[in-house]
Amino acid sequence: MSLTVETRATIGLPDAEPLRLIEETGTVVAPKLRRGIDLPGADTLLELYRRMVIARRWDTQVTALTRQGRLSTYPSARGQEAGEIGTVLAMEAADWLFPTYRDSIAVMTRGVPTEQILSGFRGDWHCGWDPQEHRTAPQATPLATQALHAVGLATAARLKGDPIAVATFIGDGATSEGDAHEAFNFAGVWRAPIVFVIQNNQFAISVPLSKQTHSRMLADRAVGYGIPGFHVDGNDVAAVYAVVSAALARARTGDGPTIIECLTYRVEPHTNSDDPSRYRDSSDVELWRKRDPIERLARYLESEGMLGDELRRSFVQEAEDAATAMRDTLNAEPALDPLELFDHVYNVERPALREQRDALAGELDENGSARS
Amino acid sequence: MTTETETPDAVRAKPLTMAAALNSAMRDALAEDPNVVIYGEDVGPLGGVFRITDGLTRDFGEQRVWDSPLAESGIVGTAIGMAMYGMRPIVEMQFDAFSYPAFEQIVSHVAKMRNRTRGRVSLPIVIRIPTSGGIGGVEHHSDSSEAYWTHTPGLTVVTPSNPADAYSMLREAIRSDDPVIFLEPKSHYWMKESTERAGEPLPMNRAAVVREGTDVTLISYGPTVAVALATADLAAEESLSIEVIDLRSLSPFDDETVGASVRRTGRAAVIHEAAKFGGYGAEVAARITEREFFHLAAPVLRITGADIPFPAPLLEKYYLPNPERILHALSTWEWDD
Ligand SMILES: Cc1ncc(C[n+]2csc(CCOP(=O)(O)OP(=O)(O)O)c2C)c(N)n1
Repeated sequence: MSLTVETRATIGLPDAEPLRLIEETGTVVAPKLRRGIDLPGADTLLELYRRMVIARRWDTQVTALTRQGRLSTYPSARGQEAGEIGTVLAMEAADWLFPTYRDSIAVMTRGVPTEQILSGFRGDWHCGWDPQEHRTAPQATPLATQALHAVGLATAARLKGDPIAVATFIGDGATSEGDAHEAFNFAGVWRAPIVFVIQNNQFAISVPLSKQTHSRMLADRAVGYGIPGFHVDGNDVAAVYAVVSAALARARTGDGPTIIECLTYRVEPHTNSDDPSRYRDSSDVELWRKRDPIERLARYLESEGMLGDELRRSFVQEAEDAATAMRDTLNAEPALDPLELFDHVYNVERPALREQRDALAGELDENGSARS
Repeated sequence: MTTETETPDAVRAKPLTMAAALNSAMRDALAEDPNVVIYGEDVGPLGGVFRITDGLTRDFGEQRVWDSPLAESGIVGTAIGMAMYGMRPIVEMQFDAFSYPAFEQIVSHVAKMRNRTRGRVSLPIVIRIPTSGGIGGVEHHSDSSEAYWTHTPGLTVVTPSNPADAYSMLREAIRSDDPVIFLEPKSHYWMKESTERAGEPLPMNRAAVVREGTDVTLISYGPTVAVALATADLAAEESLSIEVIDLRSLSPFDDETVGASVRRTGRAAVIHEAAKFGGYGAEVAARITEREFFHLAAPVLRITGADIPFPAPLLEKYYLPNPERILHALSTWEWDD
């Protein structure tokens, strides 16, 4: 196997109209408009619904706790659940996820415990979980940088002959960064088993997409890299799940990378400290709140008789219980050991760090401050 | 390189260029550990613009040593992901100033990953950077960027000054579980020396006293070690006895070796090609002053490049520290005898 292939790809532009499997009304799109993509099975759709309900409640709870000052900041993914949960549920346990600060609910859905996910926003350590254990990289803040890590890991897996795939999220604003370009290009050249999920929520803090790109849509970029590109209705979890699943499957069997643009909207402020009234119309927000991805799937499931009041209530209860458990966990003070600050910088101990650690230990003893 | 009839000892006894020593360090590492991979710009069939990876693609195949797309942030960024998956990537930046597109990946991720994940993810990456001037390079081909890296917690920064160190330090850097910025003084690539040394090689994190003396300690590294040694030769004629230290490791800093020397000589001067202001020499001077103040008979001196961008080729000789300039500085240095 050679890393690169001699023949270069010719790939057409993606369809401009976002792919949709379930209409906003909850009706299924006619088979001939589904572009050969099948609706996921009933069990999958129900599971997507359940996990979105849990994620929404979790996200709402974290936002509330942030307002109460329990966290220093929290970028909410409310309204973007379809892209987040659809992607994660399409992944297998052995696959790797490279998330951003926006994707806490995706990390949660990967199975990382709440207090470990929020340790960064809460402030007790930058990344609270073991990336190897959960096959989930730390949430990246420097925009688009994680896309390159994802390509590197995917390429390493390919070199080792492991049939796994990698998924990474990128914001619409972050696609303007040079690292996004480099990641798409390296992935194409190295045929990396990776799926780039662009969460186009139409804003980068205050800046709308029209100020980021002059191209028709972000998915169009794929053509330039010789990579298949898809434009998907990012509020249709069935479509996201189906397209990401197919892309991951192709990646695992050696068919290389895919760029998927999920068209959605950031209904919340960028973070709790943002003021969207300075840059956008609240009527737009209201319009998009009505295009809720969870309610859309619920309408479909109900119309098919797959989701009754009882089941719906049980999901809500499950989400409520998880939120309560999370609130209790976060209400407990995190254990902090200031001396741990020096423990993880290098594998090999450095005398200079030992001196600084001893100095801090001395200060702590003098102040009689409790150390855990 | 190694032919079937020659023993490794015989090979080591032969004079080798620094380029060949670096090449054989990578060759041996590739042979020893299947997780070692090498990539960068032109490092494949060409062997790199300095030929340091000469023959490695031919001998180990495209899956171990290959040409990547031309993008430094991409090269370093992907190395991070590879290291997270058990690889030990060695990446080459073509020239010092062309490592700057990778600055964010190095400073925000390579350096921080282990700490931000509470020690759970180490990144055994070696970033090789041909560095410094003295070869008449055109604009952007002669920078000394060590202070950017040494100022960044999480990075290990080393620089060899001779072929034997080039071999042993690169082997150790590749074996290191921490990321290493490996600065190669490009003016020394063709320096030829036997790489044979008695005993175990000095560990990568230790400085070496490369010439003993009693009056002054000259602290040098990479390309300025040769300058310091030449200065010591000249000074000896004027009966000034100079001790020369080759730092080898810029981060961590070997306070022990430097301190012991300064306590003996009472005077220290640090020599580097990089600009003076905020340069590595400032750290060296401050550390010595903080730790050895009562042993110092004079303030620590910095003999460095000027605070200007690296000059055009025909002017570089006016910029680079040379023995005459160092001797002059030493002779006009204020101290109580
Ligand atoms: C390299 C870099 N530049 C600037 C920032 C500051 N910043 C944080 S989020 C953000 C907007 C990103 O927008 P987008 O990529 O669309 O993602 P979203 O926040 O909408 O999910 C900016 C400018 C950063 N984190 N990294």
